[in-house]
Amino acid sequence: MQEGGPDLDVAISTRVRLARNVGSYAFPCLASDTDTGEMLDKVKSLFNEQGAFTDFKLWPMGDLSSIEKRSLVEKHLISPGLLNGSSNGALMVRNDEAISVLINEEDHFRIQAILPGLQLEEALVITNELDDIIEERFDYAFDHNIGYLTACPTNIGTGLRSSVMLHLPGMIMTRQFKRLLNTLSQVGLMVRGLYGEGTEIVGNMVQISNQVTLGHTEEEIINNLHAITCQIIEQEKSARQMLLDRNRMGMADKAWRAYGLLKYAQAISSQEAISLLSDLRLGFDLGLVKGIDYGLLNQMLVIVRPGSLQLIVGKELDHKQRSIERAIQIKEVLDRYPDRRIESEDNE
Amino acid sequence: MLCQQCQRVEATIQIIKSIDGVSSEYFYCAQCARSNDELDFTLEPAFSLHQLFSSMLNQNMLGNRELAKSSKLQCSSCGLTFAQFSQVGRFGCSNCYTAFTEKLKPLIKRIHASSSHPGKVPQRVVGRFKAKQKIDRLREELKVKISKEQFEEAAVLRDEIKEIEKKVDQGTTSS
Repeated sequence: MQEGGPDLDVAISTRVRLARNVGSYAFPCLASDTDTGEMLDKVKSLFNEQGAFTDFKLWPMGDLSSIEKRSLVEKHLISPGLLNGSSNGALMVRNDEAISVLINEEDHFRIQAILPGLQLEEALVITNELDDIIEERFDYAFDHNIGYLTACPTNIGTGLRSSVMLHLPGMIMTRQFKRLLNTLSQVGLMVRGLYGEGTEIVGNMVQISNQVTLGHTEEEIINNLHAITCQIIEQEKSARQMLLDRNRMGMADKAWRAYGLLKYAQAISSQEAISLLSDLRLGFDLGLVKGIDYGLLNQMLVIVRPGSLQLIVGKELDHKQRSIERAIQIKEVLDRYPDRRIESEDNE
Repeated sequence: MLCQQCQRVEATIQIIKSIDGVSSEYFYCAQCARSNDELDFTLEPAFSLHQLFSSMLNQNMLGNRELAKSSKLQCSSCGLTFAQFSQVGRFGCSNCYTAFTEKLKPLIKRIHASSSHPGKVPQRVVGRFKAKQKIDRLREELKVKISKEQFEEAAVLRDEIKEIEKKVDQGTTSS
């Protein structure tokens, strides 16, 4: 993921994706290998011709190892569905991984932008531009009443799913989160854990996304999510301030303990690492830990996950080996940031 | 009935949830209901949108007899039957939307609380799309004029509709 972005202390990342299909082919789940192959060939020729894709790579899913695929799922570049999907599934992704197109997954095209911080409008502009380029070559399945047609009717209309990944330790610690959940479902937003549909909350991180895709314009959907996200960010900030005012020492202690464990643990599970990273991140947000940055925190958030970890190490590892290797990798990253630079606020 | 979640203990708690006008029923044992209390409905791990959606079709919308009748519906393009769709919650091709249109209308309204798309339109169909929108609007006006017995104005509208329809057929409005 790119570095930088607005509201990074609460909004980790923004994701916008458009689902599109070609009218003349069956949807990938029912299409023959010949059809999906033809689709993929057309995409390949578009990829080779268009100047727009010079800094993109095209990865046929069949060429990727299971570890590589798992790592792509962890980075939200493919969904678990493509793991077992059509043999003609492919991922077209820009080198910085911010922009990607998934081919022959649930839908023929899933056009996606992932940006750091809260940048919904920017992400929509990017996906729209890419959509226009693909649309020049493919005749999209579109109905004048219900808009873009998708394999699942929950995506018709705009085909737009926009989401923000938020870090909400303040609201979770002050027990305001449950109330927030109830409110969000009333305004047409969905809340999920780190890995999408049906996942639990880990490391105080949640994804908030639009539920309904038909009946509003793309801009309305984005603006609604943006407005509510801004409110949540404000609430999270005031919850954090309250925690800081009541128990500054306790918050600093929690963050530094997390740093200590991350740096010196000899074996650590993915879940524990993510939850410690949440504590460290909060300490950094509150100015209680200095000398690290969001680039480091986000990088660690990726390497602690099983697929990405095994990709770095270059081989398959069992659960126990992963815990040991994870601890080594985290230490290596943290070692690049010397202790003397990482200071508590009192040592300024 | 067994608890929907653990499938082991008799369900003693019924939960009815209504989101965006879509209501669904759940049957849990006391323990699972308690454990779910920590998790919101949308975070429930065993739950997916597709499941909600196919259960909506099977239980809430159609009676058994009607379901049996509609199950025979089949998409002429990809061969998917309505029964298959109601199980997997996914269509086989874009023509399925036409093949099952009558069954889908109420369903789409329930999922999205809307049945029309005001957003982006592919460049290729912009002209055609706008023409169709205009025809729909003129037809509404035509109905009003006829009901008010303003036949001269109605005739003008009728001619205008015919003219646009002719252009659409010739493909001159599509870019």
